[in-house]
Amino acid sequence: MDFDLSEEQQLLKDSVERFVREEYPLEKRQKLTVSEDGFSRRNWATMAELGWLGATLPEEYGGIGGGPVEAMVLMEGIGRGLIVEPYFSTVILGGNLVLRAGDAARRHDILPKLAAGETMLAFAYVERQARYDLFDVETTAVRDGEGYVLTGAKGVVCHAASADWIVVSARTAGASRDRDGITLFLVPNNTPGLTRRDYPTVDGLRASELAFDRVRVGADAILGEVDNGLVLIEGVAEQAIAALAAEAVGCMDVLLASTNEYLKTRQQFGQPIGKFQVIQHRMADMFIACEESRSMSYVATMRLSDPDPELRAKTASAAKVQIGKSARFVGQQSVQLHGGMGMTDELNIGHYFKRLTMIDTMFGDQNHHLKQYAAFR
Amino acid sequence: MDLAFSGEYREFQNNVRAFVAANLPQDIREKVTRGLRLARDDHQRWQNILSAKGWIAPGWPTEYGGTGWSAVQRYIFDEECSRAGAPGVIPFGTKFVGPVIYTFGSDAQKSYYLPRILNNDDWWCQGYSEPGAGSDLASLQTWAVRDGDHYIVNGTKTWTTLAQWATKMFCLVRTGTEGKKQEGISFLLIDMAQPGIEIKPIVTFDGGREINMVHLTDVKVPVADRVGDENRGWTYAKFLLQHERTGTAGVGHSKAQIRRLKDIAAREKAGGRLLIDDPDFRARIAEVEIELQALEYTDLRYLMQVAAGNPPGAESSLLKLRGTEIQQRISELLMQAMGYYAQPWLPDALEYGWNEDPVGPADAAPLAAAYFNKRKTTIYGGTNEIQRNIIAKLVLGL
Repeated sequence: MDFDLSEEQQLLKDSVERFVREEYPLEKRQKLTVSEDGFSRRNWATMAELGWLGATLPEEYGGIGGGPVEAMVLMEGIGRGLIVEPYFSTVILGGNLVLRAGDAARRHDILPKLAAGETMLAFAYVERQARYDLFDVETTAVRDGEGYVLTGAKGVVCHAASADWIVVSARTAGASRDRDGITLFLVPNNTPGLTRRDYPTVDGLRASELAFDRVRVGADAILGEVDNGLVLIEGVAEQAIAALAAEAVGCMDVLLASTNEYLKTRQQFGQPIGKFQVIQHRMADMFIACEESRSMSYVATMRLSDPDPELRAKTASAAKVQIGKSARFVGQQSVQLHGGMGMTDELNIGHYFKRLTMIDTMFGDQNHHLKQYAAFR
Repeated sequence: MDLAFSGEYREFQNNVRAFVAANLPQDIREKVTRGLRLARDDHQRWQNILSAKGWIAPGWPTEYGGTGWSAVQRYIFDEECSRAGAPGVIPFGTKFVGPVIYTFGSDAQKSYYLPRILNNDDWWCQGYSEPGAGSDLASLQTWAVRDGDHYIVNGTKTWTTLAQWATKMFCLVRTGTEGKKQEGISFLLIDMAQPGIEIKPIVTFDGGREINMVHLTDVKVPVADRVGDENRGWTYAKFLLQHERTGTAGVGHSKAQIRRLKDIAAREKAGGRLLIDDPDFRARIAEVEIELQALEYTDLRYLMQVAAGNPPGAESSLLKLRGTEIQQRISELLMQAMGYYAQPWLPDALEYGWNEDPVGPADAAPLAAAYFNKRKTTIYGGTNEIQRNIIAKLVLGL
């Protein structure tokens, strides 16, 4: 058993933290959120140069051959900095799907460009009626000669506007809530018949509603096996949950440290408010919530390579429940303990709280995952 | 990073598992797993078995007769014992006073007391709390006045767990009033079988008789039974509190209790189906199970820091704090699983070998009592409020 980073992983961690310190003060981040792309292409190029984008990719695709722990280190840093560049959608979601399911040609075409910062990806899996059920897919893909015709709608697709490719889940067989009959397609963003409605999200990122009106794709758009896409979606969802857990830990670390600092300086009734026992106890509980979240983030990351699918699924759900609960507590209390200042847009507190709150809704909130977990014997 | 124990530890785990399976008496196992009352003799028998194996003092260095195990091995040992339904070793001798004696005691104290602890000859109790000094331990008022080669001790100790079984008490007494109230405290080893010691049981509201009031009236204690220097007892007491952190989270015990909870829920009916099939009840079990996992891996993270030679400091207060909250929650769910049958109060049903028909489900009788009894866990060993103070002050610097 070992909870320490290797030397290389520690260097990666240092590089992210330096970047966050130097390039990501809140004012700069807030400017990016209102820019046209919603992030900085220059930052993206820097991330490619620093080796972040290929950190989890095998060397044959221009990566450095890391795995889940490298992703965790990066996502924790992304959480610390509230980084808005599309690492999660491009690398964790899209990149992992291509790596898991793409044929040799696809992988050699897309992954080196991804590592070099030249290609961005998004994953369209959410449908409104499905809420958090990954198998509830109504978008259809109907066989048409050699290719397929996609019809339907996808929602809240993270960073769809900037993506060159969009991975889309669609039904090729069965009824809307069947586990079988789902297929993944890799669709270029500019394909005729695909329309987007782009918008910012509450936490300052970007997302889109996608409409597929008889979108024609070739047979080469298929990612993985026909009708058997759910196993891919669930696999990448486990990776996504581990990554989001790490991001949440990064956010919570900052909230805990900022709040702690504030409590030592803010004077009321003739003393720093951190001297009041009721506040000390609240902070002790926030500290514990952070520690326990970190533990579950580590466990979720390391279990990704466990061969037992049930253990993997249970661990992902457990992590999501823990993170959801802790993030809500730490976020809400950080605002509360900052008093009126905590409500302002100027302070970083609210921005971390918003991101943490949105993380809970991604790939299933705590209630959803508590039920998922409880369903196992 | 790696979640699995290395092969060496797995082998150790297998050895412990095999030994406990082969040597834990069936009646003791049954008492522990069914939550029945254990007698002094039950503890004595199991502790003698461990003693004969040389495993009674996992935390001690080998030179004093301990196992010399690493923190990781101790963790595995605790977990395997809980898993098999073994009673915990009563900690006052091996975990508490033993390390104080081998660290600060005289040679005479070491050569007399340590073997007696290892052989279960002496049963110790802890004389810390007083009616006026609970969490504020340093305000204690039991006085020890020097009279030649002896101290004459007068005062009252309270909440003294298992004093009725003890032959010895390690005791904090006031020997001076100079300076801060932490100064002027001494650490004495007191023989319980002598005139002037009166033990009065305190019956707890769960029906338990574990704790006592101990009155000391002109009790003579040889100066040779003072550990370390006069007036420096606070240092030794603090060492004791911080010394042995393995097992404070009680993860192994809580895991065993969750298994018991699931077994019971798989037998009891509610709403025309088994309780385990009620989504709401299942979700509650899931919730506490996830909390326990988060605690378990936090415990293991800290343990690995100990193994690497960087033991965490006050952070580990969270192990006691969360460990006890989770134990309480599980005991609450266990009781709730019984519905109406949490109500009958049948003290005799807590005794092994009681052979009347149970009232309601066979497992029901001890569960409400266990729930009430578990309320003590967030009070003893420094209340959870004190643990929060410690985290706030020492970890967060508030």
